[in-house]
Amino acid sequence: MSEAAARRLLRLTLTDFRNYPALLWRPETAISVIVGPNGSGKTNLLEAASLLVPGRGLRGARVADLLRQGASGAGDWAVAGRFAGPDGEFDIGTGTLPEGSPDAQANRRVFRLNGAPPRSQAEIASLLAAIWLTPQMERLFQEAASGRRRFLDRLVFALEPGHAREVASYEAAMANRNRLLAEARGDPAWLAGLEDGMARHGVAASAARAGLVARLNAALAEGVAAPFPAAYMTLICPIAEQLRAAPALEVEEWLRDGLAGGRAQDRQAGAARLGAHRADMGLADAASGIPAQLASTGQQKALLIGVVLGHAALIATARGAPPMLLLDEPAVHLDADHRAALCAALRRLGGPTLVTGTDAEAYAGLRDEAGFWACAASGLEPLAA
Amino acid sequence: MGGPEIDRLIGLLAKLPGLGPRSARRAALKMLQQPDTRMLPLASALAEAARAVKPCASCGNLDSRDPCFICADLHRDRTTICVVESVGDLWALERASVHRGLYHILGGTLSALAGISPDDLNIPPLLARAGDGTVREVILALGATVDGATTMHWLADRLRPLGVNVTRIAQGMPMGGALDVLDDGTLAAALRARRPS
Ligand SMILES: [Zn+2]
Repeated sequence: MSEAAARRLLRLTLTDFRNYPALLWRPETAISVIVGPNGSGKTNLLEAASLLVPGRGLRGARVADLLRQGASGAGDWAVAGRFAGPDGEFDIGTGTLPEGSPDAQANRRVFRLNGAPPRSQAEIASLLAAIWLTPQMERLFQEAASGRRRFLDRLVFALEPGHAREVASYEAAMANRNRLLAEARGDPAWLAGLEDGMARHGVAASAARAGLVARLNAALAEGVAAPFPAAYMTLICPIAEQLRAAPALEVEEWLRDGLAGGRAQDRQAGAARLGAHRADMGLADAASGIPAQLASTGQQKALLIGVVLGHAALIATARGAPPMLLLDEPAVHLDADHRAALCAALRRLGGPTLVTGTDAEAYAGLRDEAGFWACAASGLEPLAA
Repeated sequence: MGGPEIDRLIGLLAKLPGLGPRSARRAALKMLQQPDTRMLPLASALAEAARAVKPCASCGNLDSRDPCFICADLHRDRTTICVVESVGDLWALERASVHRGLYHILGGTLSALAGISPDDLNIPPLLARAGDGTVREVILALGATVDGATTMHWLADRLRPLGVNVTRIAQGMPMGGALDVLDDGTLAAALRARRPS
């Protein structure tokens, strides 16, 4: 397993990103608390940091939407972060390239590692893991399974960078199969080739999800997130169920057969009824057994923070360093005791951490260790203690 | 800038892979400043190559001879065909000198989303060659992308009934990576570690 090398964020620069024409920010501490009213650009700052790892960032935004409204020049945005690692500093940059650049692709962002193209996105992911929590996730258990699946996949990806490729390959094979079925171009060998890809990548992705759920549950049962309630996560997925009883190659065979046998129904439905894209994630309070969707907003928030803290501890153990934590308004819906506990947990983890809030008082427990910054459209100013 | 001729030249250059408008302007300027030593030799080389180079009717390789220099080389192992996506992949394998047999250029990979079907690929000559009684092994050396893997699966399905051994090179290619971007050592290892398909 690769070692997550980022120990501290030293510098963050934004160019024509969201509301920022140009921003140069040098956090002075591992933990930074960014305080400002709603709409001041705090979340945009976290989103920028979240884009320093592969993926669509904490808002899941399209690349074109990240460009500042009214940006002049070539119409390109950029985000760059400088990190301190065990072997010195390194720079991760991302953004769009001007049209006509050698490796520019429309609506694609590219990465730079120390100014040069990385060998692969996995190289970036091996240096920096990031995990985030946003107010939108408070609706995670009221909304569609796709959101929970994305949340789970983000947790897996932070631990195993190769997971993103398995999921993307699975989805590409499925999209091609859906198209072939819709066009009724009945080439069984072609469909079988795509179903083989769905089976191989789908089983690999499901096994990685199941592995993460088991490790996370074990860590949470040990109390790594206490005093946040220990959550118990379940993976609701027939492939994962098969994997409990049979070796992966047999499950691939089972999935291939299931897909091949379901072609007629899948053509009618316009989608595959079996596969890794149907997985869902459940969360419950391990002590009371109450599932998250039946818990109060405050209890759900506490459960999710427990998951994020437990996951960060897991990464710290498995990859040698905690992930970058991006917590947007984590104190909302938390009582005073849990706010203090959150501050203590962040101090213990000690990785690069950005926390936002509308008032600094909620993070009094970080007063001695964190840098406090006031966020305004013009940039970040140190906040007087 | 300097009239429609220069604009057209820059416009054509900028469409070449690896060149954008800025490098196209630099290349055009360099040539225009030295027309006799750089521009006219290039122009005649372009015209000559366009006239003479054709796809090999047997394997699809680009050469001024047909059959191409590889298909015509009697010292090569004629019992093995390595199937690649593009001539660029053939060049990469030849640079690394890791394959002693013949090649077959497929001209793409199956993609329902991009509308590329078996009819769009150089498949019938491959099936004819594989079934001619001389060929004993067909190595599938397409990239480790979803489209590459699907195409290898499809080809194996068609080739196996012809009585040839169908193998594929080892997995582990970089993300979306075509063979062309791999270094020679990786190519050699991938080809050595091929497995039954
Ligand atoms: Zn030839």
